[in-house]
Amino acid sequence: MSFTLTTPSGFWNPILWLVFLALFSIIAYLIYSRGNPSYKKDTEQIKPYLSGNQEPTKEKIQVKAGDIYWGFIEALKEYYKVLQAIHTGDMRDYILWYLGVGAIITFILIGGV
Amino acid sequence: MIEHLPALMIAVPLFGAFIAPIFKKHYKGVSIWAIIITGITVILSLLLAKEVVTGGIMIYVFGADKPTLVLPSGYSVPIRIMFEVDAMGAFMAISATLMSFVGALYSYSHVEKETGLEKYYSLLMLLEVGILGMVLTGDLFNLFVFLEIAGIAGSALVGFRNYRGEASEAGIKYLIVSAVASLMVLFAIGILYGQYGNLNLAYIARNISLNLVDMIALGLLFTSFAMKCGAVPMHYWVPDAYTEVPAGINPPLLVATYASLYALFRVSFTLFANIVVDLARVGWIMSILGVLTMFIGVTMALVQKDVKRLMSYHAISQTGYMLLGVGVGLTVLHDPSKLAEFGRDAMAGGVFHIINHIIYKSLLLMTAGALFYVTGTRNLNEMGGLARKMPVTTISFMVGAAAISGLPPFNGFASKLLIYETSYRLNPLLTVFAMVTSVLTLASFVKVFASAFLGPPLEKFENTKEVPRPMIIAMIILAALCIIFGLFPNIVLDKLVYPAVDALINFAQYHSWGGLA
Amino acid sequence: MNGSIFVNFPFIVVAVLLALGFYTIGFKRNLIKVVIGVEILEGAVNMFIVALGYVKGGYAPIYTQAPPEAVGKMVLPTPQALTLTSIVIGVAVTALMLAFAVNIYRHYGTLDVTKIRRLRG
Repeated sequence: MSFTLTTPSGFWNPILWLVFLALFSIIAYLIYSRGNPSYKKDTEQIKPYLSGNQEPTKEKIQVKAGDIYWGFIEALKEYYKVLQAIHTGDMRDYILWYLGVGAIITFILIGGV
Repeated sequence: MIEHLPALMIAVPLFGAFIAPIFKKHYKGVSIWAIIITGITVILSLLLAKEVVTGGIMIYVFGADKPTLVLPSGYSVPIRIMFEVDAMGAFMAISATLMSFVGALYSYSHVEKETGLEKYYSLLMLLEVGILGMVLTGDLFNLFVFLEIAGIAGSALVGFRNYRGEASEAGIKYLIVSAVASLMVLFAIGILYGQYGNLNLAYIARNISLNLVDMIALGLLFTSFAMKCGAVPMHYWVPDAYTEVPAGINPPLLVATYASLYALFRVSFTLFANIVVDLARVGWIMSILGVLTMFIGVTMALVQKDVKRLMSYHAISQTGYMLLGVGVGLTVLHDPSKLAEFGRDAMAGGVFHIINHIIYKSLLLMTAGALFYVTGTRNLNEMGGLARKMPVTTISFMVGAAAISGLPPFNGFASKLLIYETSYRLNPLLTVFAMVTSVLTLASFVKVFASAFLGPPLEKFENTKEVPRPMIIAMIILAALCIIFGLFPNIVLDKLVYPAVDALINFAQYHSWGGLA
Repeated sequence: MNGSIFVNFPFIVVAVLLALGFYTIGFKRNLIKVVIGVEILEGAVNMFIVALGYVKGGYAPIYTQAPPEAVGKMVLPTPQALTLTSIVIGVAVTALMLAFAVNIYRHYGTLDVTKIRRLRG
């Protein structure tokens, strides 16, 4: 039984992929194991360095979901303004969109374009 | 026994649904009853698929033994309700029964604190009946009836948590959308009936003359089913409904959405397959809808803060891949060389993506349900550091997130690969959008992973524990399926997907009831 | 009579009802009125199917005591059966929609559709 999926312009074999993954992780581990072993658990070493300031509570330093990708959303502000304007949450708009799209599709199908 | 399988597929869950209310107040009993019934339907659907894939189209006529039976007066058109199961229908039936089973299993713990569970499980099985009826039937009016059953049961389940106003809001939105869509479907069926005097899909498809009125009917059917499967810009009900429904119902509700997608394919491939000139036009409409759907869906998902709402927008965006894949195939359906070159593989990608998506999106929505079960909130801003407390949920989430972003070797990769390679042949721009969507999908799941699971352990979640065992089992089943489908994509494709695609392509076979007419 | 406006009259009514139904759903602010709009749509579709089922000079397919001239002129009663089914489904849909409306009023204190949109964005 072959595990190769032939696609129109190539092939895909997950088993082969896994073999290579194992190979590369071994190489990666070898490189990693030659690293600097001076890290010691449960010492001062693992504390964050904050110029001697008190470490804030966990709740304060947690990165909130709303802050992730702030830059991306800021850059596409205009686009998102349009999108949020469309998503009104008004159930009448749901039906009106349906009517509009239906009219366009029917128009194209009966040969209008 | 075997020849009655199509009827049993409906009868067993219907029986289960009507017995369930008898269990009043015995909530443990009714949940086990639902698990048993849905488990039986899984076995039945596997038997059905085996029968259909090896033996060709199965016809089941209610009240007669063969579809070509002639009345004494010599009236020779089919007047009976008929189930016509081809490989595509069997494929969808497997998805539906499997997801109902997983949903029932997951619900065992997820909703145990709620009341009125006998109605909940009754509706769950009715939803399954609706989906199975839609995908198995060969009769247009029957399709409408089952569409309505699925719509009513689904919206009642969306509004199940009736102590929340938002649930009722989502419920009525879903119900109005599905009522209007099904009424327009009925209107289109009326148009077709008025001209051809019959309701049998195959009979109408054989006789259809594709005049102006028929095209209006096609437009109505196409738009209605596109709205019910959540194509942009008629997708607004999807995030509302998926967010408010209990997480155990998410898998069957997802399949209900794709049953409409199936009906869309059935209408454009079987009913209107003989439009030689205009079929490419239908295919282009479908592909462009697909690209719009995936792109707008994923960009809306990026900014969500509610975890289930974020995943619902991803459900929209993944529907786009299916529309794109099958739309590419539909565009070249009447061009045999192009069809063999890439059309068939494009459709295989689209159809394979249906089952892949159902599996990993159900998994993801169930992990979201687990987060809600443990933390009592769906707001991502209030979560954090849960990976240490809920290791199984975390791993399931990682598998699901990797699968939805199309990382090898999980199942999303194989179907997306097929879609990329084939849509490229039709128009490279389609592929660019599909790939950008995939990147953004990964980005937004990294956001969920980072904010809910990673980060320092928060004090308010000091005493949280892993979710109960039935929920874990349900999640593990789906995560295992993600990995299995990802490791052996060619086997799934050969056994299930390519037969389904060929069933859609060889529409003449369906038109002739598998050679009987 | 044949070919005059009276033959197409039911279909004109259907078109008017469809327009009315969609207008009511699309532009009325009261949730109950939106529900009524769905009902009007359903009436339009039912009427369309019943109107299709009328065949001039046809007889009801009841064989007992049928007049002799009815032979070969009986009409298949499918459209009526469809309409009955559709009406029953419509009742269920309406009941569920009204139940949701009651629950929404209880939680939101209003039936104004523009205010019933906590789920958006």
